Amino acid sequence: MKTILDKKQLELTLLRLAHQLIENEADVKGIVFIGIQPRGVKFSDRLMSCIYTLVAKDNIQYGRLDITFYRDDIRKQLHEPNQTDLNFSIEGKKVILIDDVLYTGRTVRAALDALQDFGRPDSVELCVLIDRRFSRQVPIQPDYCGKSIDTIMSQEVKVSWDRECVELF
Amino acid sequence: MQLSTQHLLGIKDLSSQDISLILSTATQFKEVLQRTVKKVPSLRDVTVVNLFFENSTRTRISFEIAEKRLNADTINFSASSSSVSKGETLLDTVNNILSMKVDMVVMRHSASGAPHFLSKQLPKTAIINAGDGTNEHPTQALLDAFSIIEKCGSLQKKVLLVGDIMHSRVALSNIYLLKKMGAEVMVSGPPTLIPKYVSEAFDVRVEYDLEKALKWCDVANVLRIQLERQNQVLFSSLREYNLAYGVKKELLDKIGKEIVIMHPGPINRGVELDSDVADGDGSIILQQVENGVAVRMAVLYLLSGKINELRTELA
Repeated sequence: MKTILDKKQLELTLLRLAHQLIENEADVKGIVFIGIQPRGVKFSDRLMSCIYTLVAKDNIQYGRLDITFYRDDIRKQLHEPNQTDLNFSIEGKKVILIDDVLYTGRTVRAALDALQDFGRPDSVELCVLIDRRFSRQVPIQPDYCGKSIDTIMSQEVKVSWDRECVELF
Repeated sequence: MQLSTQHLLGIKDLSSQDISLILSTATQFKEVLQRTVKKVPSLRDVTVVNLFFENSTRTRISFEIAEKRLNADTINFSASSSSVSKGETLLDTVNNILSMKVDMVVMRHSASGAPHFLSKQLPKTAIINAGDGTNEHPTQALLDAFSIIEKCGSLQKKVLLVGDIMHSRVALSNIYLLKKMGAEVMVSGPPTLIPKYVSEAFDVRVEYDLEKALKWCDVANVLRIQLERQNQVLFSSLREYNLAYGVKKELLDKIGKEIVIMHPGPINRGVELDSDVADGDGSIILQQVENGVAVRMAVLYLLSGKINELRTELA
């Protein structure tokens, strides 16, 4: 087991990502933040509470997206669906998808698929806490990244929000 | 995460975990149905045949919409316009359809146990019972449960089933489900339409006085008088039935309690349920129909999880 981010580093990373996400935006009303269920939402909830310290909460649109029904491995294994909560339009907005670990990229592919059913955003960007480099199976790269790491397939990245750390097993 | 069964033949075979899983999955599908694009691609590689050997409006349309919302290919079959009228047997009909590579069969039949028979003959297909004779109608019970939870917050309620308990498959499926999920169940109706040992067999209360029964319950599921299945005179006339067991506005006003009114449809207005009650504030009959699509999507989605195993067994 190896610690990738400890409590202090995780806190700093969250703050940095929060600043990066809004630094180029004169008006946050054009941005929509969407956490991917279930684990991405745990990360996005934390990230959003950082962003709320920088920008007034009322101006920010934040939703949760469940991609279970759009997965491409549905015939291999069935997953229990989680709640989707997008009670605003994404039409013409800049969507920022938020997930905790980017690995094969297939979850994000499914999320892009799911987003289409909610409208046509102006652009879509991806924000992840951990990027497992060189293990992508589809051409998807993050726009905002907490930390890039090199891993092999047999390893597993665990993000623990109770103990506030990221570990590699 | 999977159901314990390959088929959905009846609530009898489901565990309470299975039922909870179906209901929680249905909640997510209900959200999908509120979107502008109401489709998800989960079943795009699946072909479903809807075999209806008995008439149906709601259930058939509901299943068909559910299948289409999941992107499955659907084939509709009704007995009256098929070779069944030329004398083809049930097994032959289904085998012929399955040889065209169909993955799931949704089936309604007037004979109790018809889907159970098929499931034994065709172990490599997922069979969903959409009503078999006087036995079970599992998806109706599931959508009733879903509607009760949506309206009342939980299934720990006092639920009354009124009417033709003897011939109603909705009643049997509802009794199984509600008992498994911890609801209190009472049945009411004329003694000729209530099976003799129902209270011993299912641990439900029996009350022949409708007013007392309504006073007791939180939810009243009013069942249709199944005239087509009654081959003897079990009550003297529909008018007399209405006077004794019809759910009426005056009766509900007299009781003065908020009771949720449900009906599986089609309603015989003025027989088991009066129009002003069916269309009144306490009625969730149309919500039941709406929820039916989400519940059936959940059933199809969850059963499709076994399809790959079945396909590899075949290959």
